Amino acid sequence: MKQEILSSIENIEIYPVISLLIFVIFFVGMGWWVLKADKQYIKHMSSLPVDDNHHQNSNDHEKK
Amino acid sequence: MSDVILEKSRHDNKVVKSGVILEKFSYDNKIVKYFGAATIIWGIVGMLVGILAATQLFLPEANMGNPYTTFGRIRPLHTNAVIFAFVGNAIFAGVYYSMPRLLKTRMWSDALSWINFWGWQLIILAAAITLPLGLTTSKEYAELEWPIDIAITVVWVAFGANMIGTLLKRRERHMYVAIWFYLASFVTVAVLHIFNSLALPVSFFKSYSAYAGVQDALVQWWYGHNAVAFFLTTPYLGLMYYFLPKAANRPIYSYKLSIVHFWSLIFLYIWAGPHHLLYTALPNWAQVLGVAFSVMLIAPSWGGMVNGLLTLRGAWDKVRVDPVLKFMVVAVTAYGMATLEGPLLSLKNVNAIAHYTDWIVAHVHVGALGWNGFLTFGMLYWLWPRLWKTNLYSTKMANTHFWLGTLGIVFYALPMYVAALTQSLMWKEFNEMGRLAYPNFLETVLEIIPMYIFRAFGGVLYLVGALVMVYNLFKTAQVGSFQDEEEDEAPALTKHVAKKGEYWHHVWERKPVFFTILATVAILIGGVIEIVPTILVKSNVPTISSVEPYTPLELQGRDLYISHGCVGCHSQMIRPFRSETERYGEYSKAGEFVYDRPFLWGSKRTGPDLHRVGKKYPDSWHYHHMMDPRTMSPGSTMPSYSWMATNIMDHSEMPDKIRAMQKLGVPYPEGYADQQAMEDLNKQASEIVSGLQESGVEVLPDAEIVALIAYLQRLGTDIKKLDAPTASNSVAK
Repeated sequence: MKQEILSSIENIEIYPVISLLIFVIFFVGMGWWVLKADKQYIKHMSSLPVDDNHHQNSNDHEKK
Repeated sequence: MSDVILEKSRHDNKVVKSGVILEKFSYDNKIVKYFGAATIIWGIVGMLVGILAATQLFLPEANMGNPYTTFGRIRPLHTNAVIFAFVGNAIFAGVYYSMPRLLKTRMWSDALSWINFWGWQLIILAAAITLPLGLTTSKEYAELEWPIDIAITVVWVAFGANMIGTLLKRRERHMYVAIWFYLASFVTVAVLHIFNSLALPVSFFKSYSAYAGVQDALVQWWYGHNAVAFFLTTPYLGLMYYFLPKAANRPIYSYKLSIVHFWSLIFLYIWAGPHHLLYTALPNWAQVLGVAFSVMLIAPSWGGMVNGLLTLRGAWDKVRVDPVLKFMVVAVTAYGMATLEGPLLSLKNVNAIAHYTDWIVAHVHVGALGWNGFLTFGMLYWLWPRLWKTNLYSTKMANTHFWLGTLGIVFYALPMYVAALTQSLMWKEFNEMGRLAYPNFLETVLEIIPMYIFRAFGGVLYLVGALVMVYNLFKTAQVGSFQDEEEDEAPALTKHVAKKGEYWHHVWERKPVFFTILATVAILIGGVIEIVPTILVKSNVPTISSVEPYTPLELQGRDLYISHGCVGCHSQMIRPFRSETERYGEYSKAGEFVYDRPFLWGSKRTGPDLHRVGKKYPDSWHYHHMMDPRTMSPGSTMPSYSWMATNIMDHSEMPDKIRAMQKLGVPYPEGYADQQAMEDLNKQASEIVSGLQESGVEVLPDAEIVALIAYLQRLGTDIKKLDAPTASNSVAK
């Protein structure tokens, strides 16, 4: 059955090859960018959730 | 405060030059409170229904003797309640709290927020009414009928529009990683929901799937797997990336890793669906793709887990005392375990043993109870004191909840693993004569009943823990005072001046619409490459000339089978293993399902496979078995369906059903629905009734049981016919 279905769509093998290529190119590019990214900017981004603590009354979740 | 302004000033030169002007605005805490409360209420309901379902597996009488509370119908009620009601509301609560704070602005539209809230609760209510009534499509996690599907689409779009609107009026230039996860979840769930729900309505609460058989199965599990991925995982990763740093009061371990985590996860996840259909009639190439991408998924999943856990480096002393962090650590660990187990389960040789067993049930509950449940609890324990401007009422109680919940997960999962391996090995065991060692399926069920009892006990522990939380949060709210609006201020977003060294992801992170489009492309690639060829091969699924459409009575019986959720316990897909063909008969072929809308392959065998049950027993056997399964199979854990003998089936909708099937391409003769269909139905019904009469059973021809027997006796018999049907004896003339 596999053979019948595979042979019934022309050039089906190109689909996974294309997707693999897109995948590899995208991730190599992204990996390169991530490694070279500006440290100050990364620091700013990662501190976004914690830097609004100024209007919290306390960061301690426990009852005193 | 001044630090924040300074930080912002440093970040944006233009503001420094012209002086900082802070804009005042407020966050809407009320909507967070409402979604949080809904999370808690629906969570308790969902868990209660789960315990009822778990109890029925060892005590069938717990179905309370009516169809509305019987396993087949409350199992989807349980899954829908915990996925869409409990987790769904928790996602909204988390997004509506974190997103405005990360973007330094109020949510775009209060009206949309409340449409989102009340719309979602109404949908849940509609599900809670329709599912017990048996109004279902039977496709897992997509059981709701078409009018509710449309409502879900509308409410989901309101949620998405509110997020996009908020992004457009933000005061923080770049989108934090949590927001990427929210956006990707939004677009992917929209795509999945729309494509999987495509159906042709027959009436207000009945529709037939736009896909049949193999294609329906592929689309369903492309959806089903990604419902797990993009409803239970990616939004929760967003919550993790926000609330874990919050609770630990330190930034995420590696922001760079989170970028890689995000893109690789959403790109790979969408491909993995076919691992739910290994060894089935699904084309092999699709199965192989599913396995390959599932294995690759380990990398990004563990990247995310490591990122979460390492955020706590140097802060493990806090974990010892802070219940919020305890819950979060176990949640992230459960995520890691479930995402390692998932790829292992998708290997064909492991899947051969695990599929159709309680292993899958254990796997999803490690995710649901551990990852989703515990992260939700952690988030609620963190949120409640902040929303009510007080401290948590009792840390001790939260710790008690933590241990009850953890023990609950252990008592749930371990017995399920034991049950799964025991039963699966019994199914596959042959004796020295070369025959099945346990030819009676029931024997393998009775062996694991004690495990089912332990499992229900685990569920009770987990629920008791959650009830302790309800009390604790209620008292916290009582002690504190709720603040509807929370004031904040931030400088307005100035026009961006491109800086040197700013390219690619740096730029994308400040372009929300472009970013959303990129994420959509990433998920569409996998979807398109898997789905399109399978739809294209429609005419190439090897047709079997003796396979015919269902007769009108069989179609009615099939709809009863769907309505009672029989697919929850009985598969209709015999895999090509000797242990299965020996037990059930010839393995299932793709061409046998071309008229199955929806497909009913099932995913769990609490009872035996039914694909070749047709003509295996006499009609009277089925009658007595449905009235009281234990008269035919002593010790059976199947509930009695005695109401089927007296309930009269309304056949007035049947002609419309035939017409709908014709529109979908089922070759009934033209004009068949007008008169002939009803005549055929009555003829077949009276044949069954007179046959039963000979065995001493009196039943009306329009009783539900008659239609059900007609369907069961048809199952899997087409390929046994010696000759292809001729013009005179074919349904499709």
